[in-house]
Amino acid sequence: MKQKTHRNLNTRTVEFYGHGIKHLQDVSIKGRLIVIEGPDASGRSTQIELITSRLEADGHAVLNTGLKRSELVSKGILEAKRDYTLGRKTLALFYAADFADQFEYKIIPALQAGYIVLADRYIYTLIARNVIRGLDRKWSHNLYGFAIKPDLVFYLDVEPAVLVHRVFQKNSFLDYYESGADLGLSDDMYESFLIYQNKISREFHAMQKRYGLVPINGNRSVSEINSDLQKRIDNFLQKALH
Amino acid sequence: MKTSGKLIVVEGIDGSGKSTQIHLLEKWLAYKGINVFKSEWNSSEMVKEITSKGKKKGLLTPTTFSLLHATDFADRYERNIFPLLRAGYFVLADRYVYTAFARDVVRGCNDEWVKKVYDFAIRPDLILYFKVPVDIAVDRILVGRPNLKYYEAGMDLSLSNDPYESYRIFQGRIIEQYDSMTETEGFTVIDGTSNIEDQQKIVRKRIMPLLPNNISGKTRTKRRGNETKNSQKS
Repeated sequence: MKQKTHRNLNTRTVEFYGHGIKHLQDVSIKGRLIVIEGPDASGRSTQIELITSRLEADGHAVLNTGLKRSELVSKGILEAKRDYTLGRKTLALFYAADFADQFEYKIIPALQAGYIVLADRYIYTLIARNVIRGLDRKWSHNLYGFAIKPDLVFYLDVEPAVLVHRVFQKNSFLDYYESGADLGLSDDMYESFLIYQNKISREFHAMQKRYGLVPINGNRSVSEINSDLQKRIDNFLQKALH
Repeated sequence: MKTSGKLIVVEGIDGSGKSTQIHLLEKWLAYKGINVFKSEWNSSEMVKEITSKGKKKGLLTPTTFSLLHATDFADRYERNIFPLLRAGYFVLADRYVYTAFARDVVRGCNDEWVKKVYDFAIRPDLILYFKVPVDIAVDRILVGRPNLKYYEAGMDLSLSNDPYESYRIFQGRIIEQYDSMTETEGFTVIDGTSNIEDQQKIVRKRIMPLLPNNISGKTRTKRRGNETKNSQKS
């Protein structure tokens, strides 16, 4: 059997969703981009931790990224949300700027350097939020046309009724935006959460085909979900290594 | 959605004199008792703070530069421009989406992408483009040897190591973009090298047909309307 250290991920050029970014058009990357999507409290970060440890144990360099973590605007978004009533398009563009900053300064360089990038959410959550808030679907898809297609995208699909209990276990309260409270869905926050998460879930199912999202049954235990994810990732890497 | 207000836009490179003209226009409209509101490019307080941080650090890529300006525009659009138009105001925009189209494309963004990002913006009733040869505009700006900022000078494009030279090339490229849009976007071109007073006369003539009848005066509106048509033919 060949030693793992002698096997490398093959190099290729990036593939964009839309118009892409001109100066990255011919960039070649060695790494792989794996995305885990899913609502708050769906267990994303736990899974990412577990997968990261395992991949690192296998000798891969791993970079974790997520939303609202850019040098440029992450603090700005939090401040702006606190201090101002932001319009929906404004907030959507703000998030896009935050994503673009991390995309160009973290994700792409890491992929060039041969890292496996594990992204805690990607453009899909941002698109789903926009669509539910009444922004044009086509507009949102175009907006993120500069993003590259990940190698794998998993969606942790958790029933809203199960999810709500996980949120209470984690935080003991429901987050304003994650409950869609800005949408005026219901005066009852619990009900608002369920309606909102159902909408998000529907939007993800609608995106499934277009973006090749792989739904993962997230109603199961942490270890069950993890072995499911890990198996799929191992299979993928097996093929990508040569 | 229908708006009862009017949107008037001025465009042109730095030093084209457009801000002077929009200022005079604003005063004139206010003097006539019209509800008028002026909105300047890149002026949202909320976005400004964040953009300037990134600008200082030289961190912006063409994409983030474009998106932050779009955020600024969206904030002003959602909170001021659009609601004011709905309420019947004359909204004067010192730069509008065309500035983004020109600058972002020069910086290397895909032009279709940029246009779609801004496609929520309502079409103006009038777009006044103050056209000035690059050397005249640049000399107007550079006469005091100002400290050109990194992005203002287009230094991120690696056109030249000299900020002044870079600025000149950058402005020249923006003019090319404006010129390419003139017909498709329906710019009304105004010669920015002529006297301030003469330019303002032309600006006001163009605005007349947009004024409510009771303010412009019915007979005058008719005459002015004909004049405008004639001048377009010649």
